[in-house]
Amino acid sequence: MSALLAFSPDEITAIRLSLRVAFWAMLGSLPVGIAVALVLARTRFWGHSLLNALVHLPLVLPPVVTGYVLLLLFGRRGPLGRLLYESFGIVFAFRWTGAALACAVMGFPLLVRAIRLSLEAVDRGLEDAAATLGANAAWVFVTVTLPLTLPGIAAGMILSFARALGEFGATITFVSNIPGETQTLPTLTYALIQQPGGETGALRLTLVAIVISTAALLASEAALRRASRRVSGL
Amino acid sequence: MLEVEVRHRLGAFALDAQFASSGGVTALFGRSGAGKTSLANAIAGLLRPQFGKIVVDGEALTDTATGRFVPKHRRRVGYIFQEGRLFPHLTVRQNLLYGRWFAGVPSRLDEIVGLLGIAPLLPRRPATLSGGEKQRVAIGRALLAGPRLLVMDEPLASLDEARKAEILPYIATLRDETKIPIVYVSHSVAEVTQLATTLVVLSEGRVAAAGPTASVMARIDLFPLTGRAEAGAVIEARVAAQDPAYQLTTLRAAAGELVVPHLDLPIGTAIRLRIRARDVTIALHAPEATSALNALPGTIVEIGRSDGAIIEVRLDCAGDALIARLTRRSAEALRLEPGRRVYAIVKSIAFDHHTHLAAGRFSAGQVDI
Repeated sequence: MSALLAFSPDEITAIRLSLRVAFWAMLGSLPVGIAVALVLARTRFWGHSLLNALVHLPLVLPPVVTGYVLLLLFGRRGPLGRLLYESFGIVFAFRWTGAALACAVMGFPLLVRAIRLSLEAVDRGLEDAAATLGANAAWVFVTVTLPLTLPGIAAGMILSFARALGEFGATITFVSNIPGETQTLPTLTYALIQQPGGETGALRLTLVAIVISTAALLASEAALRRASRRVSGL
Repeated sequence: MLEVEVRHRLGAFALDAQFASSGGVTALFGRSGAGKTSLANAIAGLLRPQFGKIVVDGEALTDTATGRFVPKHRRRVGYIFQEGRLFPHLTVRQNLLYGRWFAGVPSRLDEIVGLLGIAPLLPRRPATLSGGEKQRVAIGRALLAGPRLLVMDEPLASLDEARKAEILPYIATLRDETKIPIVYVSHSVAEVTQLATTLVVLSEGRVAAAGPTASVMARIDLFPLTGRAEAGAVIEARVAAQDPAYQLTTLRAAAGELVVPHLDLPIGTAIRLRIRARDVTIALHAPEATSALNALPGTIVEIGRSDGAIIEVRLDCAGDALIARLTRRSAEALRLEPGRRVYAIVKSIAFDHHTHLAAGRFSAGQVDI
């Protein structure tokens, strides 16, 4: 039993890194997710279906393929990777930031979908009402649309976070499995299973994964309930 | 004060309406689908008409000739929607104060909360309010944004009769105590006659008639539009005398005196009467030995045309118009024709009067006599 609690330094590092990666993946993709959900929910243009398909692509593509595409685009010699490095000094390849990017991309469809459904449920009449009271479009969005979309945003964030914690294929393809830099909970678990004598460590991490995921799901339920109550005006 | 000219095509529906009003309550009246809401939306800037010009207090808010279109958030046109549209995530107080940033006038929260009687509701959330309470809060919210014009789109339509009676007095108070002109969309004859100073009758996207409420309501040719069952004349009167012994009140209008069961109003109170055509019959001679109290002498001005059983007859009673409804056979038997002197026998009136709500003096209702 005590062996199950004796975490090795590598395991602690991987757990903390996983939480950090998932957190930044969720937070970084949130503004983009809201913007894309807004475009998909509120506008109609010629590339609408194409954008929708593109957003959902990581959901249906093999994660390895997604990871490889990221490597091609954001690798040191990839077109976007080079641009970001030369302009801002930002590097994704084989860094924890790259793991966060991979997780963000993989969780993006879930994030956008949750926010979009919530946005589509917002009564446009309330926005008109706010406008007749003198609020311009940006203020209407901040004070009416966004608060009413909160349940969807909360649900999307939790889903994105949970998806990031479990992300394996795209991460290992894009940023490999470097201890202390890109070795997350799932990739370390995989590495431990491959090693002779690593089963106890793998079991420990498995239990941690179950605990964190369950907590995340419970938290999302609670957040959703609170947000819905607020939005329904009770 | 308000000039509206709108031409707009929406699928098979064409709106082509033009009217002007000098303030007070301008009622846009007509059946559903007549274009009332589209016109209201055009005034508030929620609809951008294909052609048209909308001028409020001398400022053009929409003018397609010059390409001018003031966006809805800069029009200062308060809008009270049928469903209230309170923000569900905010408290009543936060709803009321929503427009304060943009109003550009000092907040009159206490005054308006008092006027509408919503002080106890302030900490509550919209979902816990009744329909009538929601509408009062919606009215307060619009007023606190400092509007120069209020648009009300069937504000009472989703309420039951008791709630309607609860809200109507507040709107009448608004008309009498604030000087904000109101555009009032409705398909209810009772609401319109009670509130409107100017009546615009819409039919299939066009203005069928526009003018002072009493004169439009008295037009027999509009009865198919104004609704036959409720149609009738609107006249102004004052409380002239009280008879405590018989519990009767005498009202004086230009047409003459009307005696009605006791109304608890001071002598001199101005009161608006709606006398429905179905509550008026015609006699050729001054009635004797009858239980009817009210017989007003008048001259027949117009006899409605119909091939059916029922026709309407418009009388001029010393300047007040009265409408009577009778069967075509009776009209022929009595040889009614324009110019003939007759007596209108009034059996029932609906009334409301214009006293201050704050003093608890508002009453509206109907009495049979």
